[in-house]
Parts: sequence; C-alpha cells; structure tokens
Amino acid sequence: MPRDGLVRSVPALTLLAMLGPVLAGLWGTVLPALGHLPAAGETGLSGAPFARLLDWPGLPRAIWLSLGTGLAATLISLGIVALIVAGWWGTPAFRALERALSPLLSVPHAAAAFGLAFLIAPSGWIARVVSPALTGWDRPPDWLIVNDPWGLSLIAGLVAKEVPFLLLMTLAALGQSDGARSLRVAQALGYGRVTGWLKCVFPRVYAQIRLPVFVVLVFGMSVVDVAVILGPTTPATLSVQIVRWMNDPDLALRMTAAAGALLQLALVLGALCLWWLGERAAARLGRAAVLRGGRGWADPALRAGGLLAGAVSALAMLAGIAALFLWSVAGFWGFPDALPEAYSLRTWTRAAPGMADALADTALVALAATALALMLVLGCLEAEHRSGRALTRRGLWLIYLPLLLPQTAFLPGLQTLLLGIGADTGRAPVIAAHLVFVLPYVFLSLGDPWRAWDVRHGRIAAALGAGPWRVLWTVRLPMLLRPVLTAAAVGIAVSVGQYLPTLLIGGGRVATLTTEAVALASGGDRRAIGAYGVAQTAAALLPFAVALVVPTLVWRNRRGLHG
Amino acid sequence: MADGLILEALRITRHGAPLVALDRAIAPGEVLTVMGPSGVGKSTLLAAITGTLAPGFRAEGRIWLDGQDITRTPPHLRRVGILFQDDLLFPHLNVAENLAFGLRPGGTRPDRLSRIEAALDEIGLPGYGPRDPATLSGGQKARVALMRMLLSEPCTLLLDEAFGGLDAALRQQMRALVFDRARDRRLPVLMVTHDAEDAAAAGGEIVRLG
Repeated sequence: MPRDGLVRSVPALTLLAMLGPVLAGLWGTVLPALGHLPAAGETGLSGAPFARLLDWPGLPRAIWLSLGTGLAATLISLGIVALIVAGWWGTPAFRALERALSPLLSVPHAAAAFGLAFLIAPSGWIARVVSPALTGWDRPPDWLIVNDPWGLSLIAGLVAKEVPFLLLMTLAALGQSDGARSLRVAQALGYGRVTGWLKCVFPRVYAQIRLPVFVVLVFGMSVVDVAVILGPTTPATLSVQIVRWMNDPDLALRMTAAAGALLQLALVLGALCLWWLGERAAARLGRAAVLRGGRGWADPALRAGGLLAGAVSALAMLAGIAALFLWSVAGFWGFPDALPEAYSLRTWTRAAPGMADALADTALVALAATALALMLVLGCLEAEHRSGRALTRRGLWLIYLPLLLPQTAFLPGLQTLLLGIGADTGRAPVIAAHLVFVLPYVFLSLGDPWRAWDVRHGRIAAALGAGPWRVLWTVRLPMLLRPVLTAAAVGIAVSVGQYLPTLLIGGGRVATLTTEAVALASGGDRRAIGAYGVAQTAAALLPFAVALVVPTLVWRNRRGLHG
Repeated sequence: MADGLILEALRITRHGAPLVALDRAIAPGEVLTVMGPSGVGKSTLLAAITGTLAPGFRAEGRIWLDGQDITRTPPHLRRVGILFQDDLLFPHLNVAENLAFGLRPGGTRPDRLSRIEAALDEIGLPGYGPRDPATLSGGQKARVALMRMLLSEPCTLLLDEAFGGLDAALRQQMRALVFDRARDRRLPVLMVTHDAEDAAAAGGEIVRLG
C-alpha cells in the first residue's frame, strides 16, 4: 500500500527536519571560523578569526562565566529537585508544590527572567515591600544585583526555570522505578525518608533523567535571552558576545562569531565530560555511603531545606509574573511604595499596535511549527507501532541531540549559510528553525502516553474490519485527544519561548513577542517590558488551558476517558 | 508491657469505614498467621505496623514492641522488619551493597565487609557479594532480601505473602530458613498469607479475616 510506505518514510523525514539544520549550521560555522566567508570578501583558510577571538580581552572571563553559571545552575536545580522529591514525595505538601510548579514549566525563559529582575533589583518589588520599614531606604541602593559580574542573578533565573522542568522529568521517571516500595523497604531497614530515597531510589531515577539534566547544563551554559536580561555585561557570557558579533554591521566580525561558536561548542562538550566525571565520583561516594550504612542524621534539616528551596523558587516565579503584570498596568509608582499609586491601561494601549503584529508572527510561527511537529511525531509513533520496533537508546539520543548542542554553536552558521546561498530570511526558515527545537519536546511529551495506549483496542477494531488508518483516526487519536493536545501545547510553548532562532534566522524581519520583549531589556521601560512579558506568558500558557478544557468538553459524557 | 509485638485493640478505618481490627500479643519467637482472601486488608494491617499507611487510612489503638509504644514512631525508627513477595533488592547495587544497606551503621570498613561475607555464608551464598542481583535465581534473591532485613537487627518480623513468588520446593526451604532465623533471634513474627501450607508450617495461632 503506498500510504503505508508514507508512514514508513516519516522517521527519516523527521530526522532530516531535526538534524538537517543542525548539521548545516555546524558546517556553516566551521567555514567562516576557518576564514572562509565570501560575503565578507574572505576566502580560503586562515587562522585570523581565532586570532581575533583570542585577542578579545573579555574572553577568559566569558569562558569562566559560561562554565560557572551553567554548572552551578544545573547542580543547584538538580539538588533542589532531589531534596524535594526525597523529602516530600507522596505528601500533601508535595502535591501542592507540584501543582504550583507544573504551569511554570511553560513560562518562557525571557518572561521568567524579567519577572525575577523586577523582584530582586535594588528598586524591585522585594526592596519596595521591605522599605523603608526594614531598610530605611527612601531611594534604591546603588547595588548591582541584576547583571552582577559573578552571574549570580543569571544562575538564580536559570534555577527558577529549570526546577519545574527537572521536577516533572523526575516524576515521569519515578513512575518506572518502583520508588514507593523501595522507600518502604528502606524505612523498614531504619532509613529516614531523605537518606533512604537518595540512596535507594535516586540512582535509578537519575539514570532516567540524565539526558534532561544534560539539556539543562547545555542550555544554562549557552543561553542568550536570560543572559541578556540577568547576566553580566562587561564582559557578557560567551554566547551573548557571539550574538553581538553576529549582529555587528561589520561582516568580518561574523568570522570571529563563528570562531566563538566553535569555542562554545568545545566548552559545552568539555563541561559534559566534566559532568560525566562528576557522575562517576558521585557514584563512588554513594557506594561508600551505602557500605557505611548510615541511617541519616540530617534528614529533618534536608527535608526542610528542600521544601524551602522549592517554595522559594515557585514563589519567585509567581511573584515575578505578578510584578510584570503590575508594572504593565501601573500609573505612577514611586520607589518605596509597595504598590503603584494609580493604575491605567495606557501601557497596553500604547503597545497594542506593535504587540498585535508580534502576536500574529508568534502565533503563525508557533502554530506552523507545532502542526508540522505533530504530523511528524504522530507519523513516527505510528510507524513504530506498525513495525513493532520500539525506540532504541540511540534513537533517544538522536531526539535529544538538538537540545544537547548549544544554539549559539549552529544557528549563526545556519544564518550565514542561508545568506550565502541567497535564501531569503523570513518566516519559512524561522518555522523550520523552530521545528528543530519543537520536535524533540513534542516527541518526548507524546511518546509515553501514545505507547501506554492499550493496543487491544486496536486489535478489537481490526477484528471488526477496520484497517490501520481507520484504527488511527477513529479509535486511537480520539482516545488520546488529551495527550495529543497537551503535546501541541508543549510545542507552542517551546516555540513562543524561542529567542535565538527567531532573531538570527529571521534576520530582523520576524518579530515575535519574545524577540520584542528581549529587545526592550536594555531600554529599561519597565511598563513596556511588563506588558510584553505578560503577553508572552499568556501566549505560552493559553494553549495548556485549551488542552485541559477541550477534552473535558468533548468527552463530558465519557467517564472512561478522564484518568 | 511484656516483650514481643502487641497489637492493642488495633482498628483500621478507611475514610471512616471500618476495615480490619485485631487485638493480639505475639511473644518473642512465636508466629501469628493472618489469613483471608485478597482485599480484606491484610497488607493494610502490616502497613499500620510499619507506619506507612496510605492517605485515607487511619489506625486506632496501640502498637507495642518490646515494651515500647511505637504507635506514633516514624517508620524508620520502629525496628519493624518486613519481607514482601517480591525481593525488592535494589537493582543499582550489587549483592554485598544491598546487604551493607541493611547492616546497621558502625564499625570499620573491613569489619563491615567481613560481617557481610559471614552473612552470605550463612545463607549459602559465599562469594556472591560482587554479583548483580538481577543474575540471581528467585530463591537466592529471596535469601538475600531476608538477610538484608535481618542485618538491620529488627525487633519483629512481618511477612507479607513473603513466600508467594516461590515454587513448592523453594517455598519449603525458604519457610524453614525464615522461621529458624526468627526463632534463633527470638523475633515475634506476624505472617500474612492466603496459603494454608504457609500457615501450617508456621505452627502458631491462625487468625482468619473476612
């Protein structure tokens, strides 16, 4: 049947859509880094780009910032998640925290970063609430909190955003590791909750969330939008500097950017090696601790610490978004006042025309990328189902690959390549670039519920005379409406949050809510930033509400479809 | 209060509805068998004694262990050992590490390693320390799980269908091993089962639920 041949070709097509741009981008990075950039009048091999990169005085510090912030943010997020789950999994407090953190997963990084900045800046909400009563300040102190040279705010912003991500990944992994019964055994052997969980469940859970942890590490080391908003400025992190070079009118600087991109790639690979060594060391220490048989004396403190850290990270995000909203509707808001003196919609009416355009581009790109991703992923899963071949470990690595390479390593090259072959920048290439990042998340989100479907329903339908396509359309997809819509919402949220692909591949002609919001970062117009941050968050969250409501309405008379 | 495990007017409710009630004393070295069909609350009874009742369940009455009231004690401080039908060996640790996990803390590293080796001898598995638990047979796994629990020096032993996963020959061996060890260590044993042979082999009082 020709149509079955179609299904069989989908996995290859998906790999092409996902890895094609990555490989092309890497190729497009290597050439200019070695001195070949015809657009700038340079051909042939030369070491000049790397020489210029090494001449940049900020380089050593930028390298340390990239490594330090990425490793610290990953380690802290993972630690917080481990302590929360170890101390509280299965308790009412845990369910409350889980409910608070789950929607925060889809908040775009830029909005979260702005929210945090609005909270912790010297003139931020926290300072306003405690002033002048506790501090005696009647004007903001002259402190560099946001954009601090150590990257601490950057680390905090990354941690607040990655804790929900790793927590949900951990919960998914827990379902497969028999954690509850293991914990019961450990308790019967005299272990406290936290120590017992860390020794007997965490190693198994970690093995399952390893790839997401790598994603967090790579992202933290190379993120651009969060680093522009919260990160140090003189010098900035390496990734931010690469983007500055890319956007410089002097085309020759693109070769420096390409050299920087390769260095960024090497740094990330080096950090992954370092992490791997850390895993080995942690495993050794863990085994030694198991052998000692200590039952855990610090459990109560660890439990309290985990809950506190989790609550602070959830509250910071929620309060940050509230601060964004408050600024967007604030009239005059003098410094030590905890709340604005007056409220008005002026910011929104002023921003409305530009925001409408940005929203249209955001929606177009997000919907197109998500629709393509859904078709490809459904095709892959259906091919997997019909051929009976499950996804291998290597296949999983391939799906994660676009997330395991720093965006700054291949997107600049992709832009250079597109310009070099005369391809137009604009919406279509942006959609293709978004697809690279939307695909893995849609796949990961839909894969488990798709495979968990009871195939006997399909066998019954086939026995009643339905062919594979009819089974797919009339049985499987309707039954799996909720996970399919959730996967679509995940895809849209990922696309809405993308900054670098839109900026670089769009060539400045595609303006989404995210690129507009980040562009406002240097201006300091808090009201406009607030409005764009809120709009961005809403654009990412709304699809989840739809995914929640639609199945409930469609299947309102079908109790068996509400898990 | 006397030594042994005493369930004083223990009554478990689920969302307010009575589920199971028991009022018994088990002397050191003795076995009490609780029988009944599935769903009657046998495992819930054990969860009340280990202190790991699921939300929605409530236990009334008191639980005494060797003269101590453990009704409100956190699970990990109760010194109540339990064996399930599945061995639940930790798959990321080797056999020796599984035993070390159970062995009470204290002692030098060589001292602990030699105690683990002695424990492996005792269950007829000398030299099995570095093995992956997944490569063991069902009977070997059950013996390691038993020894891991005994090394934690519990004051009582609960058996939750502990022999249910084994075939007839192994079952008999394993029962003998468990009951002998419990008698040697003068542990009160509470066994939950639906198998009449288990009950007969235990030789103690039998309570039927449901």
